[in-house]
Amino acid sequence: MSSEVTYKPEWEQVPQGRLALWILIAGELMIFGGLVMGYLLSRVRFPEWGEQAAHTSTMWGAVNTVVLLTSSYFAVKAHDAAIKKDLKKVTTFMLSTIACGFMFLGVKSIEYTTEIHHGFTLPGTQVAATDPIGSTFWNYYYLMTGLHGVHVIVGMIILFVVWLKARKGINLQRVEAAGLYWHMVDLVWIFLFPLLYIAK
Amino acid sequence: MSSGHHELTFTQKYIFSQDHKVIGTQYLTVGLIMAAIGGFLAYVFRYNLAFPGEPIPLFGELSPLEYNAFVTQHGAIMIFWVAMPILVAASGNYLIPLMLGTDDMAFPFLNMLSFWIFLLSAIVLLLAFVTPTGAAASGWTLYPPLSADAYVNKEPDFLTALFSGGTLIILALALEFASMLMGGINFVVTTFNKRAKGMKIWDMPIYIWFINLATIDFMFSVGPIIAGAFMLLMDRTVGTGFFDAYRGGDPILFQHMFWFFGHPEVYVLLFPSMGLVAEVISNFSRKALFGYKFMIKLSIFAVVLSVIVWAHHQFIAGIDPTMATFFSIGTIIISIPFAGVILSFFATLWGGNIKLELPMLWAIGFLALFLIGGLTGLYLGSDAFDIYAHDTYFVIAHFHYTLFPITFFGLFTGFYYWFPKFSGKMLSNTLGKLHFWLTFIFFSGVFFPLFFTGLLGQHRRINDYSAFDSLMTQDFQDTRIFATMCLIGLIGSQFIFLYNFINSLFNGAKAGRNPWESPTLEWQTVSPPPHGNFKVFPTVYRDAYDYESARDGKDFIPQNVQ
Repeated sequence: MSSEVTYKPEWEQVPQGRLALWILIAGELMIFGGLVMGYLLSRVRFPEWGEQAAHTSTMWGAVNTVVLLTSSYFAVKAHDAAIKKDLKKVTTFMLSTIACGFMFLGVKSIEYTTEIHHGFTLPGTQVAATDPIGSTFWNYYYLMTGLHGVHVIVGMIILFVVWLKARKGINLQRVEAAGLYWHMVDLVWIFLFPLLYIAK
Repeated sequence: MSSGHHELTFTQKYIFSQDHKVIGTQYLTVGLIMAAIGGFLAYVFRYNLAFPGEPIPLFGELSPLEYNAFVTQHGAIMIFWVAMPILVAASGNYLIPLMLGTDDMAFPFLNMLSFWIFLLSAIVLLLAFVTPTGAAASGWTLYPPLSADAYVNKEPDFLTALFSGGTLIILALALEFASMLMGGINFVVTTFNKRAKGMKIWDMPIYIWFINLATIDFMFSVGPIIAGAFMLLMDRTVGTGFFDAYRGGDPILFQHMFWFFGHPEVYVLLFPSMGLVAEVISNFSRKALFGYKFMIKLSIFAVVLSVIVWAHHQFIAGIDPTMATFFSIGTIIISIPFAGVILSFFATLWGGNIKLELPMLWAIGFLALFLIGGLTGLYLGSDAFDIYAHDTYFVIAHFHYTLFPITFFGLFTGFYYWFPKFSGKMLSNTLGKLHFWLTFIFFSGVFFPLFFTGLLGQHRRINDYSAFDSLMTQDFQDTRIFATMCLIGLIGSQFIFLYNFINSLFNGAKAGRNPWESPTLEWQTVSPPPHGNFKVFPTVYRDAYDYESARDGKDFIPQNVQ
């Protein structure tokens, strides 16, 4: 064995972050997949859930869908700008994505407030008095949208942390990784919206 | 490589270390401590079965609730806090970068984080023993409604519910899964990106293949149980009704979510264990593995099948009999790839120049015991038989005949084989052989009789059989006493291992670079490997099992020799 090493392996060039993120996304989708399957099985069995679903606001849900889709567009533009090393545009589009995240959370809190105000709480106690089976719809509603909301917040934090460096031109490849995660959050919502809001 | 790094402080080097070898050792240490706790719990409840009502030495009186709690915790600890960290995390962390000829994992910081989250999960689990209501006692599978309601009123007080054993075990599991997910991402990315120059995927040692298949199997099956854990947690703490049948919930749903993960979990543990055994069998037969590619392809097939066989755990839960047939057939089919792999091991032994060194003894012991476990699994996979045998000691015996060899024979195969690399010292041969034979004999003494008591109708999870006249005969009681005595012997013989381990660490004979004359990369660096592993990153020219072309008076050629 010779003395000091200067040999740098080729693998250092491969984007490890992207690979890791795809694996993480696959795992995350299985979590939501489990919830969605559990929800669907009960939904098919109990028509009562449809009556409860009628109390969710399709209008606000649709607004949020548009907001998230727009934010995904911004995430793509940010990635595009990162490839071209256009730091000004990276900042604009990443911050726009985060702003959309805030809008989404704002709308969601309006919804939650209204629903809780009408007695549709997480344990569904009030509903359970008249319709025990229907009350479980609200368990699923809050768990699924809540877990998704946590992912929105995490996605915003990731975008922000990546932006802190990316605006100075450091670690620009991470813009893509943050965008990937954000698209996953968007994708989950695309499933939740019809399941919880549209199907009455 | 190592001298290029700046000097590390003690804390950076041994406690908050990002070096994969130290993290592997940390996982192994915690795993062994948890194994001691799990073993002690087994001793307590087995003693209670042999001598019901008598105070237990080193423990005292055991109440029925404590009996249930101990059985539950024994199962959870042994699977999730012993087998997972030792077989997957410790062996994977230690061996993957070394076998791939690289300096560390792809994400060393994430790797460190994964260990500390794991340690936190173990502490959360053990905290349950000191809560006012005691540790969870609902069985390690945590089936609702028992796990969703136990000790908690319908209108639960949030804090009491949060700090009860049943909640803490769910939190601990969630933390453990998060930790294993982080580690798993690391394993797969490292294997993809950090292989030595020239190492193609078919040049990787089979252990690397198996640990990656295990990781992928884990990551694609664990999602639903994480969702299920959230739901159970909310049922316990905030009063939702996900698993409450009266409120439109479904207790069977939890069983599906649990076993969708729980069955692949068996293979998650089996794969790395088979990988360790395969390396050892090839080396001590001085022969290339028989059907290397074929075994890997069979295993990929098994990973795909593993996610559609789970309901064979639920034949008596009230699932549709038509579906039961489907799951029976799937279960019996999945034994084909594993039979293929095990038979390939035998074919590797066939005509080999077999050396019965310590690791080889454990590897052959693994094959012998796992065959019994695997074959009785075929019976249980068929619904016609399982409906009769469900929840009897036959299942217990079958389960331990698979998981004990997987966990402990796999662990010791790997441990005795890689200890010289890990420490630079050799273990005592005599003590090692004594440890092997005592473990092998006592293990059989504990579990083989249970096949018979199970078939005669002895039901599991009962702390005192005196209410059942037909199960309280002298024959039954003698068998129980025999099994318990063997268990005490089994636990006692592990002290030989402990002594051998510590003694050899300080006084063992010096092991060279490559005491077992193995061609794989981890043996081509010094023992123990320094920080950064290799002075010069190896370049790979040949597959991992080149014992055919003799050269320089040796019967093997290392992977990095042209």
